[in-house]
Amino acid sequence: MLTYTIRRLIFAVPTLLIIAAIIFFLLELAPGDPMANVPLTVPSEVKEQMRQALGLGEPAPIRFVLWLRQFFWIEPLNVVDALVGTSFAEGELRIISWQNRSPVFITIAERIPQTLWVVGTSYLVAIAIAIPIGIYSAYRQYSMFDQAGTFVTMIGFSVPPFFSGVLVILIFAVQLRWFPSIYDTTLVVNSWDAFVMQLKQMFLPVMVLALQITSQLSRFQRASVLDNLGQDYVRTARAVGLPEKRVILVHVLRNSLLPVVTVIALYVPAIFSGAIITEQIFKVNGIGQLLITALQANDLPMVQTLTFIFAVLIVVFNLLADLAYGILDPRIRYD
Amino acid sequence: MTDPHATEPLTPQGTGAAVVTGPGAVGSTEAMAVPVAARSQWWDVWDQFRTHKGALFGAAVFLGICLMVIVGPMLWPLDPTATNMRARYEPISWAHPMGTDRLGRDTFARVMAGGRISLGVGMTAMLLSLVLGTLIGMMAGYFKRLDGPLMRFTDLFLALPLLPLLLVMVILFREPLAARFGIETGIFILVVSAIGVTSWMQTARIVRGDVLTLKEREFVLAARSIGTPSGRIIARHILPNVLSPVMVSATLGIATAIITESTLSFLGLGFPPDFPTWGRLLFDGVPLLERNPGLAVWPGLFISLVVLSINYVGDGLRDALDPRIRGR
Repeated sequence: MLTYTIRRLIFAVPTLLIIAAIIFFLLELAPGDPMANVPLTVPSEVKEQMRQALGLGEPAPIRFVLWLRQFFWIEPLNVVDALVGTSFAEGELRIISWQNRSPVFITIAERIPQTLWVVGTSYLVAIAIAIPIGIYSAYRQYSMFDQAGTFVTMIGFSVPPFFSGVLVILIFAVQLRWFPSIYDTTLVVNSWDAFVMQLKQMFLPVMVLALQITSQLSRFQRASVLDNLGQDYVRTARAVGLPEKRVILVHVLRNSLLPVVTVIALYVPAIFSGAIITEQIFKVNGIGQLLITALQANDLPMVQTLTFIFAVLIVVFNLLADLAYGILDPRIRYD
Repeated sequence: MTDPHATEPLTPQGTGAAVVTGPGAVGSTEAMAVPVAARSQWWDVWDQFRTHKGALFGAAVFLGICLMVIVGPMLWPLDPTATNMRARYEPISWAHPMGTDRLGRDTFARVMAGGRISLGVGMTAMLLSLVLGTLIGMMAGYFKRLDGPLMRFTDLFLALPLLPLLLVMVILFREPLAARFGIETGIFILVVSAIGVTSWMQTARIVRGDVLTLKEREFVLAARSIGTPSGRIIARHILPNVLSPVMVSATLGIATAIITESTLSFLGLGFPPDFPTWGRLLFDGVPLLERNPGLAVWPGLFISLVVLSINYVGDGLRDALDPRIRGR
């Protein structure tokens, strides 16, 4: 297991480097110029100095290496500095946004909590709903509940988030006026009322995101329980007279959760991409919205860093999923 | 589900062989239940497909929408781009079955025109990703030397953050392609190739897996032993046998491509406003949600209906094309 982990970790490094290179050189083709907004009256040598200050003086391959150094070395140092109070990263050039000329990671750090709140809550809600539904549908296969569940999950699976978002806004915000359609990030939760308000404004985005994940997860859970119900150990457990509750909730549940745990880990990056759309609909100013505004404003360092963060998420969670499967299921031996 | 072959015992060996040996073997399971000669396997597939109510209904809805989108604009008198300032934000009526927008354009005509582009993009992108996926999967499965590199390449693509990259690609190449081919064709080429290039990986993996097992079977050995060149073995013996998984992933690919295109348009990064796709219409309708909700709801409803029906068809096809399930 350890050698497998190390092998996978070593293999992840070139993957990430190649992805970084793909993103970097794709963005190299972009026509955008960070100096486009600088007035024409500014003399060209000053412009040249401004370019240097943004780290644009070198040819592309060198800038790529510099960017890697900034991402993997200088930015972590800055985090250490901020936490411990040291000054390792003093005087080093950080990744600077072209939009507001401040370090990219400061903006990202401001935006991440909102995304994590919405994404995290919806994921937990989805897991909490999907697993019982999946188990019950499988246990009563082809019953009314199962038929209805399958139909609803098929709908949840097919209706794209940008339409389900619009629909819930129309129903709950425009018609019924129960929940606000816009997520107010300036809200500070310091009283009961503010907490209720926070819950209310999170309701719609969480619902939209959770609907999609719930339908995917409960399909997996159902299939997995169905697989297990036919196994010999279930018959044995029933034959020795274990109560049905124990058979299902202890034996079948534990075994059927194995593949589902992997799927849960694998979907984490996907839900972050899904959040790009949901944040756009409900005007949550998280990292998804940051990516869209950065794209529209031609802020390439920001786009590059954010896209790469998404790539890191995918690689890391793929690795975690494989490792979790190996740890949880003793039948799986990788080496 | 009613099934005519309920009494037939399911022997794992017999049906397992039918998976790969193609038309000949399917006939043998067939002969036990229905004693008629010479019947193409596609009839069996159709028989099985028919038993899946959802799939049949889905197919009907999908074909209906396709027909509406293709024939509709020829029959419907109103032009999707004709403005009428006296009839802005009209509600549902006989003259405007889906109302009108803020320039008095007929939503029904616009939804039909948008459907043409959306479905067109979906099908073309699906074809592209299918060709790419089958080609790469086939090469990786058939030629041992290419297997490692091609599968690493596939894994790499699977690790790419696709939605952000799609957005980047669309933003970067929009201007040059629009200048080269004209706005509509340019964006069409861009969106189709961007979606195609980022969605072939699943097909490639499925095809590779199937080719790896097929390659070791006796009929391939027989073909090779009489000196059939690789190209013809692939085209005559292997390709027809991987057709079923490819067809299923093609069906589902249309749905994914339509969703992706709508997502791009919904984020304001797809087609320009003059060429309404369903996603674009939805995007334009959202700010006017309080004024006239129909503007956003109709196109969204059509996207969802198409995707739902395709998913059902995909489910039914998967069952129908799998000989282990067929005849049960």
